[in-house]
Amino acid sequence: MPLTDAQKDSVLEFVRKHGAKATQLLQVLREVQDEFHHVPSDAMELVALGLGVPLTQVQSVTEFYSFLSTEPRGQFHILISDSISDHMSGSRELMAHLCGKLNVAPGETRADGRVSVDYTSCTGLCDQGPAGLVNGHALSRLDRARIDRIAELVDGNTSLTDWPREIFTVRDNIRKKGLLLDQPLAPGAALKWSMMRGFDSTFAEIDKSGLRGRGGAGFQTAWKWKFCFEGPEELAVCPVDKNQEAERYVVCNADEGEPGTFKDRVLLQSYAHQVFEGMTICAAIVGAHQGFLYLRGEYLYLRPHLEAILAERRRQGLLGEKILSRAGFDFDIEIHLGAGAYICGEESALIESLEGKRGVPRNRPPYPVTHGYLGRPTVVNNVETFAAAAYIALKGGEWFAAHGTEKSKGSKILSICGDCERPGIYEYPFGVTVAEILRDCGARDTMGVQVGGPSGTFIAEREFGRRLAFEDLATGGSFMIFDRTRDVLEIARNFTHFFAHESCGFCTPCRVGTSLLKNELDKICLGHGTAGDLLELTNLSRLVKSTSHCGLGQTAANPVLSTLERYPELYQARLNALSFEPGFDLDGELAIARKLTGRDDANAHLEQEGA
Amino acid sequence: MKDNTITIDGKPVPFQDGDTVMDAATRAGVYIPHLCHNPEFTPHGSCKLCTVKVNGRNCSACTFPAADGQQVLNDTKELNDARRTITQMLFVEGNHFCPSCEKSGNCQLQAVGYYLNMLDTHFPHFFPNRRVDSSHPDIFLDRDRCILCELCVRASRDVDGKNVFAISGRGIRTHLIVNSSTGKLKDTAMAATDKAAQVCPVGAIIVKRQGFEVPIGERLYDHHPIKDVSLQHEMEVAGGDHG
Repeated sequence: MPLTDAQKDSVLEFVRKHGAKATQLLQVLREVQDEFHHVPSDAMELVALGLGVPLTQVQSVTEFYSFLSTEPRGQFHILISDSISDHMSGSRELMAHLCGKLNVAPGETRADGRVSVDYTSCTGLCDQGPAGLVNGHALSRLDRARIDRIAELVDGNTSLTDWPREIFTVRDNIRKKGLLLDQPLAPGAALKWSMMRGFDSTFAEIDKSGLRGRGGAGFQTAWKWKFCFEGPEELAVCPVDKNQEAERYVVCNADEGEPGTFKDRVLLQSYAHQVFEGMTICAAIVGAHQGFLYLRGEYLYLRPHLEAILAERRRQGLLGEKILSRAGFDFDIEIHLGAGAYICGEESALIESLEGKRGVPRNRPPYPVTHGYLGRPTVVNNVETFAAAAYIALKGGEWFAAHGTEKSKGSKILSICGDCERPGIYEYPFGVTVAEILRDCGARDTMGVQVGGPSGTFIAEREFGRRLAFEDLATGGSFMIFDRTRDVLEIARNFTHFFAHESCGFCTPCRVGTSLLKNELDKICLGHGTAGDLLELTNLSRLVKSTSHCGLGQTAANPVLSTLERYPELYQARLNALSFEPGFDLDGELAIARKLTGRDDANAHLEQEGA
Repeated sequence: MKDNTITIDGKPVPFQDGDTVMDAATRAGVYIPHLCHNPEFTPHGSCKLCTVKVNGRNCSACTFPAADGQQVLNDTKELNDARRTITQMLFVEGNHFCPSCEKSGNCQLQAVGYYLNMLDTHFPHFFPNRRVDSSHPDIFLDRDRCILCELCVRASRDVDGKNVFAISGRGIRTHLIVNSSTGKLKDTAMAATDKAAQVCPVGAIIVKRQGFEVPIGERLYDHHPIKDVSLQHEMEVAGGDHG
């Protein structure tokens, strides 16, 4: 159906609102999706024209991000989190219940257009799941009663603004405070002190602190800032010091998509001043005037709160022009929303997304720190890194470095979920043992822990003496606990499906390999695997790991490899004695033919040889 | 003192400033298998066929900058095994039926398969349902054969200045799209003389009415391994580029 004139006007209004800038493409499309429950092709053309980008760019961005669609979704679009911790707390059963109540199937839109339901990757509420989203807004602590209530509200066509607030309530669940969470900073305190002492010596403190990136990779924060300040080599060798003129950017990576991680959600909810203050100090050090907070689409509900804090900081002279009345110290922060793509947590994919493109990781070198946003030097740091930097600016590098281990200074904020009594946020000095954490959060009969999320490592009981630190178990903060009632293969399978769903599709080994891995593991889990399949799984995993383009592909096989290494017997137990079994189900292949002919007698079935 | 030399499989290979490992190798007559790379265009690094080991670490030769003293491994069993597997992945991902394909014998995917001694497709086929576009009077677009190398995307954008193609979707559902409101090739400015119509390494973009002008059996790769064809063509480009 073509758009009416009024509808066209609203699309053009979205374009105008975002300054008709090509970099705002994803933001504009989010609004179009909200308005029309999909991105109609007419709207794509208007957006392409308005932003001056090829139509193909609009279409390809629409088809890349999970929260955008070319087919109409329901007026109420309900997503249930498909993370393993949600499964363990009954999300699959709740989905069936929801579908029954609403008379709709996952992945479908009901004929009347009222509602659609589907699964989505981890929504970052693993400490209060099963969780979900309705039209992008977080749903927590789902149970049958809540699902019934939601079904009533949908059937009654109740506007979201009139839904009971408690359905949307997200708790912080901070269980253990340490170095950072213990003492909230007064807004502006670290910035004022840094300015008084001089930003050069503030940089020296960051350097002395040994702070390393909190997203998981652990690059030295001071080095990153220094490289950004120094800029690319080609500018440095110019006869005129072009480096002084080059625009620089500071980006906070709040695309917290690693399943089982939710500490950034809490930092942004209750420590946002510190995060923004860390960004502002970084801007002063590297010489940036523009900052971005890349907020994952799942945290849409945090946006009004964050905008309010930014406004407050502008009022207090901590952001905007002439910060703290110093001439030339201009810096502001813009919030940029993601739209359901785990890959955008990878820093170069994040920058592509900021530029209004598909989130495809770039070739490196050059690195974002010299050739980042719009090709300019750009610092991309994790939420927790900026928060820590603000504390270090105030309290000094030695204060920070006095905690933790030799190569991992300071503390780490963990997101703990799964089989324990008290899931939530825990802050520990680096070097803490897994056993100690398990004791604190009330975990019993623990079989294993997934440290660092699906891209990290699965560790078994005999390894609980290991320590969280870059020297041993590096982690971005995800800590998922599994007790002895859990099935290791199902855990690995959930993670493997996740990676296949989130692969950006750029390079062959990841694009094809993650889907092959998923199918191979499904085959084994469904009881059709043989010894050959296990070998196949191992070889495939090694190839995907060693030849993929970015961190996603390089870690996508970790769930299989780390569980296969620790529990080969559990995999063996699932195999058939046959030397070979086809990957397809002969009888299953005839299902369409049976449906077409209306037959279901014995002769319309085939028996698999050897089964 | 810089002497601008790397070694490839133990053999010293000189390079020029700004060279990738692939550039240096090509100029020196060392073949590194590749599909998405074509020296006439900005390197892309997506097919991963050109994976080499640089100082012990896997890198894409077509995008990785050469630097003094690098020790590069290229023609090893381990790397060729990986390349064969990647080629098999490309085969099962699309719908490649060589015997009925007009590109057979001139197809780089097929030729690389021969070069790497690929005897089967190994993996279960995905048999994707992809849209064929025969709307254009002079050009045929068969997405079944597309390997997502983006050469047509780059050629149309950077040489033809038309932006006819783009890559859309995500993961295993990644696909090639066409820049027109109907999504059809006939509604674009594309012409059979465009660079984009010439660069497809496989049979996804084919100029009409030229089919079987050369019989199968007498085509390029029917007689010459891709290693020789590629080096002969690309050494010229590499030489021209760098004086």
